[in-house]
Amino acid sequence: MLMKKRYKVISHTADVGIIAYGKTLSELFENAAYGMFSLITDIERVKEKGTIAISLQDNNLEELLIAFLNELQYYFSMKQLLFRKFEILSLTDTKLKASVTGEKISDHQVLHEIKAATYHNLKIKKIKNNYQVQIIFDV
Amino acid sequence: MTKPCPLKKVDDYRWKIEKTGSMNVEGLIFASEKMVPSICSDNAHQQVANVAALPGIIGKSFAMPDIHWGYGFPIGGVAAFDINKGVISPGGIGYDINCGVRLLRTNLLKKDIERNIKNLVAGLFNNIPSGVGATGKLNLLANEVKSVLEKGAKWAVEKGFGEKEDLKNIEENGTFKDADFSNVSERAIDRGKEQLGTLGAGNHFLEIQEITEIYDEDFAQKHGIFLGQITVMIHTGSRGLGYQVCDDYIKVMLNAARKYEINLTDKQLACAPVLSEEGKTYFSAMAAAANYAWANRQIITHWVRETFMHVLAKSPKDLGLELVYDVAHNIGKFEEHAGKQIFIHRKGATRSLPNIPVLIPGTMGTASYVMVGTEQALKETFGSTCHGAGRTMSRTQALKGIQGNELIKKLESEGITVQVKKMKTLAEEAPGAYKDVNLVVDVCHNAGISKKVAKMKPLGVIKG
Repeated sequence: MLMKKRYKVISHTADVGIIAYGKTLSELFENAAYGMFSLITDIERVKEKGTIAISLQDNNLEELLIAFLNELQYYFSMKQLLFRKFEILSLTDTKLKASVTGEKISDHQVLHEIKAATYHNLKIKKIKNNYQVQIIFDV
Repeated sequence: MTKPCPLKKVDDYRWKIEKTGSMNVEGLIFASEKMVPSICSDNAHQQVANVAALPGIIGKSFAMPDIHWGYGFPIGGVAAFDINKGVISPGGIGYDINCGVRLLRTNLLKKDIERNIKNLVAGLFNNIPSGVGATGKLNLLANEVKSVLEKGAKWAVEKGFGEKEDLKNIEENGTFKDADFSNVSERAIDRGKEQLGTLGAGNHFLEIQEITEIYDEDFAQKHGIFLGQITVMIHTGSRGLGYQVCDDYIKVMLNAARKYEINLTDKQLACAPVLSEEGKTYFSAMAAAANYAWANRQIITHWVRETFMHVLAKSPKDLGLELVYDVAHNIGKFEEHAGKQIFIHRKGATRSLPNIPVLIPGTMGTASYVMVGTEQALKETFGSTCHGAGRTMSRTQALKGIQGNELIKKLESEGITVQVKKMKTLAEEAPGAYKDVNLVVDVCHNAGISKKVAKMKPLGVIKG
């Protein structure tokens, strides 16, 4: 059986966006991060060389999601790291623990400089038994 | 998006969105008839209406002809607020705080550089770091970053990057006095250490240009601009430090909006009362990031001068590389209009004051403009006009349309030398992905919110 789609790229005049999908909220967060790094680089070429632990809290799930993505953006732009594997270890409405795995940007081609994940029209929706969320990035 | 377009024609260059629902003021978009369908197919006009619903907005919720769909506020948006009843919003200024444009004049004509254009472009490309996450040749300590945040372009001049004279021709003289680095997070300061003196990626660029038309002889002469002259344009901002300040304060503002019970139709509009603790803190941090951007453009200017001296073997006096002006186009400010203090957001919009230059960058392969501010802008738009071309095509669409190397060939056949860090940027930023800058500028000129002074065509382009 085909694996269910993790995310879809959407057209936006000024910037780029994705819709991420997930059977659970944890999967939704993981797929949103996967979608973001797919915009940044050819993610399948990123090797699993090192893991970073991430622990965050915020006001609610939606804001926590953006905080998570912008935390990863920080590692990308400041520490020149690319990730391909995202594991949410625990998730509540206000707290998240995750581990992310990847490697330093070396010969990878960076396709987009994502400046930030924005809060634009941010809404996590539950459709039937699946979650989805649209995220617009400032590039 | 089958909803009928709410834009109603006022005159040939003005379209209004009538006040309905929760809007506090009407919306006004500057555009020609031809631009209206693309504005309507975008969601940008809805964003103009959302901004009009924010508390304490005064005048109108404006959008310039380069309007396009942003996040929260539209790009090309101008929104002024009563300082007592209104709000301040990081999303109304954008992530790239004080993204802006600087124009340098020279004593050179095309014939003086023609033989050396490839060397000049290569020299600039090597001397000025560009590209995603580019780190510069400077590596500052945290305390030095704090000095940059406090002093702006003045810091750069004190460190030997350029001349004191340069500061006279920068908006705010290159130093936002209200800046307070203690309100800038450690992480933002950390991001600022290695990126000072870098161009970045995306739509940022550095161009060698030639003045091909003069519309206002007097004003051009006053600013040392003449037909056939070589100019250099620098388009960049506050880099990762600015993005971090914006992101940090959207979080603060989401909490503030809950605290002050401000109803947000879109979280990206997160805001606080202008004079609240949160509002004042954000303003001082935003001002600090703006200073970083002015220092950034000042340092790049210094390296442009060095490169020209080296490649052309000419003295600074012979080159005459001086500032025409430096303007911000993502910024928020306290200004006085008609005797009243207001707070104004310009997100992809430029200040337009009588007798002061306005700089409009095009996209590569197209033209850029020098304009001058007007009384009309003061009366109508709180002294604001457009900032550039404005996208019409998404990046994904642009990529489908054209290949980076094809584009280089095409530009080279038009006599433009290009050096770029990565081809994909080039394709995404292809001229076809943007509105025609000539039409955008014509709308502002004809509406009277800024007037054309000179037009420049690119001869050499450097991009991230």
